[in-house]
Amino acid sequence: MAVSVDEAVSTGPVRDRTPAARRFGGRGRSVLEIALLTVLAVVMLFPVLWMIETSIKENRDVYAIPAKFFDFTVTLDHFKDVFVASGGGRSTLSVAFLNSVVVAGVSTVLATVLGVPAAWAYSRFSVKAKKDQLFFILSTRFMPPVVVVIPIFLMYRQVGLIDTKLGLILIYAAFNVPFTIWMMKGFVDEVPAEYEDAAMLDGYTRLQAFWKFTLPLLVPGIAATAVFALIFSWNEFVFAIFLTSSDTVRTAPPAIAGLIGGTTVDWGLVAAASVVFALPVLVFAYLVRKHLIAGVTLGAVRR
Amino acid sequence: MAGIEVTALHKRYPDGTVAVEHVDLSIGDGELFVMLGPSGCGKTTTLRAIAGLERQTTGDIRIGDTLVNDLPPAERDIAMVFQFYALYPHLRTRDNLAFPLRAEGLPKPEVEDRVAEAARLMRLGPLLDRRPNRLSGGEQQRVALARALVRRPRAFLMDEPLTNLDAELRADMRTEIKHLQGELGTTMVYVTHDQVEAMSLGHRIAILNKGRVEQIGTPLEVYDRPASLFCAAFIGSPPMNLIEVEVADGKLRSKGGLVLTPPPGLPRDRSLVAGVRPEALEVTEPGAEGSVPARVVSAEWLGDEIIYVVDYGGQRDVRVRMPLTVRFATDAPVGLRHTGGPPVVYDVNTEELVA
Ligand SMILES: Nc1ncnc2c1ncn2[C@@H]1O[C@H](COP(=O)(O)OP(=O)(O)OP(=O)(O)O)[C@@H](O)[C@H]1O
Ligand SMILES: [Mg+2]
Repeated sequence: MAVSVDEAVSTGPVRDRTPAARRFGGRGRSVLEIALLTVLAVVMLFPVLWMIETSIKENRDVYAIPAKFFDFTVTLDHFKDVFVASGGGRSTLSVAFLNSVVVAGVSTVLATVLGVPAAWAYSRFSVKAKKDQLFFILSTRFMPPVVVVIPIFLMYRQVGLIDTKLGLILIYAAFNVPFTIWMMKGFVDEVPAEYEDAAMLDGYTRLQAFWKFTLPLLVPGIAATAVFALIFSWNEFVFAIFLTSSDTVRTAPPAIAGLIGGTTVDWGLVAAASVVFALPVLVFAYLVRKHLIAGVTLGAVRR
Repeated sequence: MAGIEVTALHKRYPDGTVAVEHVDLSIGDGELFVMLGPSGCGKTTTLRAIAGLERQTTGDIRIGDTLVNDLPPAERDIAMVFQFYALYPHLRTRDNLAFPLRAEGLPKPEVEDRVAEAARLMRLGPLLDRRPNRLSGGEQQRVALARALVRRPRAFLMDEPLTNLDAELRADMRTEIKHLQGELGTTMVYVTHDQVEAMSLGHRIAILNKGRVEQIGTPLEVYDRPASLFCAAFIGSPPMNLIEVEVADGKLRSKGGLVLTPPPGLPRDRSLVAGVRPEALEVTEPGAEGSVPARVVSAEWLGDEIIYVVDYGGQRDVRVRMPLTVRFATDAPVGLRHTGGPPVVYDVNTEELVA
């Protein structure tokens, strides 16, 4: 994840500044490059475009053969179906979206509240076997969810966390805490410890010093970290599908996946639900993009 | 205000590094005490232990009559100025100064009075409404000093506060700190690795090496009689020439024939090294009376004087301080003569002063 942050930062400004001629080298190269990039863009973006298109097509256009790219009637019926049940009232999908908001939001808050002070402690104090501890913390992320989902399923069944939002919140928080600690430790390292020393000499306790001086300087880093944690929880599928079953608990990813199957698939509804699902993350990342970049380049505090 | 007593201080970091081996200091009330030593000798660690930012492994620290071993920094009533000034970046100068006072819960008018007074002392008037990132290094340092002053603490601790400033500003600030300390009469412990700073500031200087105190004394004592070979090589720029000598016929003789007046009470049959200040030597015309033949290796013009580096006999790179009026060319054959009184003499094996 950290790698993708770096990319997100570096590509933007570089692309803006590099003159076109230098970027493409010679003319021959530029043609080839443009061709390749176009192919790549089409391959990457086509499914997204197709999803958006499908979400605003009427059902007969969705199934039309040959496929209609341009001349179809635009309708918002599918979006209405996402939120409103056929008989009126709230649809199961809208409940799933609400569940996603709750689960992703609460687990992110939890991971941040636990992870930031832990990162501070690892950065500031000399802890026995610090490196080993940090490695252990990271190692909990080495395994993909699929590997651990069965044992967790069994444990959850014992303690009655199966098919509860709390269960999902806890497991997502558990996955995000290591990430938060690692990412935040970098940010805390960047804030000179002297601020806290000075504050302690000025009459504050260690915790007050952290709260009043270090924490405000960490806000961009916390924002960046929380966005990543949020995106992870929001998109997570494996745990969600194994650990929840009822419509009232399910989050959006398994709920959308659940639309596929059976004898007929309402592709228009699937597409509309997917668009609704993808939007918040995009919007949120867009809103905090300044913080994301500021967070990554926090080194601006001069020593 | 209060004196500071450090007894048998020992600090071992959890990773096993022994930063302070054994340090005893007795700092008087109102004294400007300088801790001087090379990088990594444990100066900062000692200071942080006094401040309470680091807990010593063993040993006692007293401020005034209070044993402060277990007191948190907030309750020790001392102020510290850091090498990196640690001004709160989101606060204007005015609020940076007022900050420790508000933390104490002083009434508002008094806070304003004290801030105004500190600002006057450090001439910060025009800077009061700026944030630290819009202050120059020197200005930030003045604000940091002012912030230490406003609280009227029992003692100031300064950890290389001038290292980040350029030479000229450093000299100015040095004068300012000395003046201020004299005026306020507050105990001050000042850490530096710059011996010029130490000599010009300190009432007394402690020279630290590898976590131990090598010598404590006034600048003059430290300059005239360095207590060990380490101190001899550390103090003075250029430092003392260390010349291997032996006692023969009631004189100190070095290889190459240079003869020095021996100090009284020299022990026999030990390997000795004489410490000779560059100003206690003289470069002469070749063959001058009492001189040994030598050769000028290089000359450093320092404006009002010249430092000649000469070789003679088996001895290399002997430094001699001469007035500008006497000039010798590089590589010229010259004479070298001792002019001062008896030099200090060290035992080669124990590295300690013997006479
Ligand atoms: N937190 C720490 N953990 C482990 N070792 C440390 C720590 N802080 C300092 N040391 C080590 O202790 C020794 C003394 O450090 P200290 O900072 O007191 O030196 P100093 O005299 O202030 O040097 P300088 O002039 O470079 O500031 C050094 O070898 C240093 O590496
Ligand atoms: Mg230091």
